[in-house]
Amino acid sequence: MITAERKPLDEILELVGDKKKVLVAGCDTCVAICLTGGEKEAEILASELRIKAEQDGTGAEVEHTAAIRQCEWEYLDMIADKVGEADIVVSMACGIGIQSMAEKFSPQLVVPAVNTNMLGMPQEHALWLERCGACGECVIGETAGICPVVRCSKSLMNGPCGGSHDGLCEVTTPEKEDIDCAWHLIWERLKEQGREEMMYINRPPKNWSKSSSGGPRKMVREEAKPV
Amino acid sequence: MTATEYKAGSNLEKILSEGKFAVTGECGPPKSTDVTVIEEKAKILNGYVDAVNITDNQTAVVRVCSMASAYTAQQNGLESIMQMTCRDRNRLAMQADIMGASTLGIKNVLCLTGDHMSFGNHPEAKGVHDLDAINLIKMYKDMRDEKKFQCGEEMPIGPGLFIGCAENPFADPFEFRALRLKKKIEAGADFIQTQCIFNVPKFKKWMEEVRALGLHKEIKILAGITPLKGVGGARYMQKFVPGIDVPQDIVDRMAACEKGAPSQAEGKKIAVEMIKEFTEIEGVAGVHIMAIEWEIAVPDIVEAAGLMPRPAVA
Repeated sequence: MITAERKPLDEILELVGDKKKVLVAGCDTCVAICLTGGEKEAEILASELRIKAEQDGTGAEVEHTAAIRQCEWEYLDMIADKVGEADIVVSMACGIGIQSMAEKFSPQLVVPAVNTNMLGMPQEHALWLERCGACGECVIGETAGICPVVRCSKSLMNGPCGGSHDGLCEVTTPEKEDIDCAWHLIWERLKEQGREEMMYINRPPKNWSKSSSGGPRKMVREEAKPV
Repeated sequence: MTATEYKAGSNLEKILSEGKFAVTGECGPPKSTDVTVIEEKAKILNGYVDAVNITDNQTAVVRVCSMASAYTAQQNGLESIMQMTCRDRNRLAMQADIMGASTLGIKNVLCLTGDHMSFGNHPEAKGVHDLDAINLIKMYKDMRDEKKFQCGEEMPIGPGLFIGCAENPFADPFEFRALRLKKKIEAGADFIQTQCIFNVPKFKKWMEEVRALGLHKEIKILAGITPLKGVGGARYMQKFVPGIDVPQDIVDRMAACEKGAPSQAEGKKIAVEMIKEFTEIEGVAGVHIMAIEWEIAVPDIVEAAGLMPRPAVA
């Protein structure tokens, strides 16, 4: 899933400026699961903005809504009326949803209320961890199902660097949560699988042109095109 | 070995090829354009080490680039080992820089991943990490031996390079550390300098694994040493520097000395004892003395370890 964190209220207020009719739009898929931008969080943000408007006497009216998924055109049709009535839409979807809204309802002003941060999963209650860098060339078949591209702080392809200690990445600091050394995890799991020879392979330089380094990516499925 | 058989023909390569015990040092470039810093450090080390590592934005702190500083050291009579990290450059820059260094007469290179940006003075920087250190070694070997760029295109004249790498016997998982060195040898590394050693028994254990794999016959191993100036530094490294293993008895020895001259003398003494111990370990081809911002200690240590005069090679 895609995870995001809400921006600080002051930053959102700055983005909203002096607009009078504000619509806070949640998204009930990924960002709802990570407790950041679902309908409930949209309602909370709308309340915060309303209280602030009353305190400051701006006269701004704030409403909220939510789409099942802001990243698919058909779900946006369902909130089109509310969007049409607003001076500004504060989207709580991930970066994809916000852009879909901005494109679908252009030239409507759509601003983000969240910072999209990763493709991750809830490891435990209230803890999400990054799992995929969408690099376009998956290697985890050789690395025991653990992604070195995003789970190694240096995206190393040939084993741990010299900073790996006690199973932790060198980036771990007392202030930060412990960060596992991905290559230590890979080594341990490969041993369990009896495949530690996978660590002995010298992997060539990665083809980053399949990642964002190759420019914006596009995927076409010819067989799925309408006849 | 004739000149044409050398990979680079550097002083360091010749000394190691002749089976002589090598001594390398280290110079950190300044955080300003004061060229005299490198000149002064080169003067201190000249004659006491066979070559000097010129660090590349070490600990992710911006300094004068390693290429310019390596050139300055060589202009001052001290052969350089230019460090190159994968953190700050992509494959285009790393190939361009090594060819540039080669045109300036730099013959030794040390291929490193690089400390993470979060340690340094620009923690908001984007890390490059296009290649890892093993990819970098292979790329430079192919440029030298095959006269090929990483993309496969050919070049008429490749850089003459003596290719080094680092290894940390104290990092985890320990059982993979000798195997990682094997990967670097397969990629094309000619010499290796270890992380600074304080835990000698653990280093010896690592060397046993290295010998069991026969790696000491395939690569020249230089044992890393950092002379301690005082107990503060020892404690700091023990607690806060990942991958450095400072045993308590070393800290206690330093703690038993008064600050200043007595502490410094003890630090040098420990370094000398270690060097003498390393010369007895089968497969150790030299030492790499990293006297961080304490270059002045190096001549005393090399002298006391009985490693003077440094061998002259034709």
